[in-house]
Amino acid sequence: MPEQDENQGFLARWKALPVDSVPKTIFVAAALCLFCSMVVAFAAVNLRPLQEANKLNDKRINILQVAGLYDAGEDIEEAFAAFEPRVVDLRSGTFTDEFDATQFDDRAAASDPELSRALDEDPAGIGRQTNFATVYLLNDEAGNLDKIILPIHGYGLWSTLYGFIALEDDGNQIYGLQFYDHAETPGLGAEVDNPAWKAQWRAKELRDDSGALKITVSKGLPSPDMENHQVDALAGATLTSVGVDNLVRFWMGENGFAPFLENLKAGDV
Amino acid sequence: MAQTRRTYLVDPLVDNNPITLQVLGICSALAVTSSLKVSFVMALAVIFVTAFSSMFISMLRNHIPGSIRIIVQMVIIASLVILVDQILKAYLYEISKTLSVFVGLIITNCIVMGRAEAFAMKNPPIDSFIDGVGNGLGYGLILMLVGFVRELFGAGTLFGITVLPTVNNGGWYVPNGMLLLPPSAFFIIGLIIWAFRTWKPEQVEDREFKIQTVEAH
Repeated sequence: MPEQDENQGFLARWKALPVDSVPKTIFVAAALCLFCSMVVAFAAVNLRPLQEANKLNDKRINILQVAGLYDAGEDIEEAFAAFEPRVVDLRSGTFTDEFDATQFDDRAAASDPELSRALDEDPAGIGRQTNFATVYLLNDEAGNLDKIILPIHGYGLWSTLYGFIALEDDGNQIYGLQFYDHAETPGLGAEVDNPAWKAQWRAKELRDDSGALKITVSKGLPSPDMENHQVDALAGATLTSVGVDNLVRFWMGENGFAPFLENLKAGDV
Repeated sequence: MAQTRRTYLVDPLVDNNPITLQVLGICSALAVTSSLKVSFVMALAVIFVTAFSSMFISMLRNHIPGSIRIIVQMVIIASLVILVDQILKAYLYEISKTLSVFVGLIITNCIVMGRAEAFAMKNPPIDSFIDGVGNGLGYGLILMLVGFVRELFGAGTLFGITVLPTVNNGGWYVPNGMLLLPPSAFFIIGLIIWAFRTWKPEQVEDREFKIQTVEAH
């Protein structure tokens, strides 16, 4: 009976189509993509706040650690409140209030053409140098400056190492150095995370009495005049050590934080 | 039925292990086994992905057009992997930092795809789910074995707890740095395959050709 065939509903005709037919193939592909994209989007949107809190927390833990204030049991947000974040204009070496220091994104700034500049000399292998960086000031109980935490980064062997260096209030003596993000070889270059190696940085001085930048990472016993400035390189990780040497010297030099540290010392920021 | 389901679960552990017998999923086994903790999380992630991707693919198996079946499988697997990645980043941030790209690379792990194509396309959802768990466990087992050797002898620790105090930290053990590098996992997996095949000689493949002896003239 042909009449009945014509009266068959859309659904029945759809069902009768073979799985391999073009309309069904397109339907399956579209429906699946739609469904999967919804699941993925739902997860991404819902978990984003947690993920961002994790990232921020991780960074804060590292700042606390480099300043020697980290205590595993403590509330991180509370401990972190001791720091005063400020944005520094690296060209003039002065604080700027152009940006909100609690929100400023250093990494985004480094690739923003308006907030960064190309480097002629690029020993740290970072490509572009940001004009603005967030520094963290730690005041003691009397309200005097105690430590300065500066962000540093540069290329090692496989990866860009991101870290912080903590300086005493004189802007010359190092309190600590720590990387929070890198992908160096585990067991070799990744020994930059080794507490014994990191401890070497404590009490080293960036500059000698004449003001020349002396801090270095190199092999062997230091000569007498370098004892306060030389950190022993990592065994088996020459290129990572060279990278750390370059990046520390770069960031403590004229293209990095030197103008700021000078101003800070002169009390003129 | 119960008997077969048990085999789906137990078989891939030793008798039909995805890494040692099928030799699938080697790449990630090399990359993430430098410490036990990371291996463990990776194993859990792979179990989750193989189990659920097999189940979903099996549920849809009668509606998946043959012409786009690989793409459909990939879409399901990829969505699950992204889900795992997002969850790790939210709840296990430290470990997700170490695993970095390798969670994302579960998508390309041949075990997941292999089970989808070989098993889930032909079997009902629950069996497929169990088969996925089994193969994930088989992968995880090897990962843990390799991770155990690499972490113990490469860093002197197990799950981050010092077992052999290393010279760097004032102990006596000189760690074998090579074990921390990915190629060492090749050797360890090779040794595990050797051990498995000595224990179960039926796993040894027949020779594809036989070298003829030269006849004397």
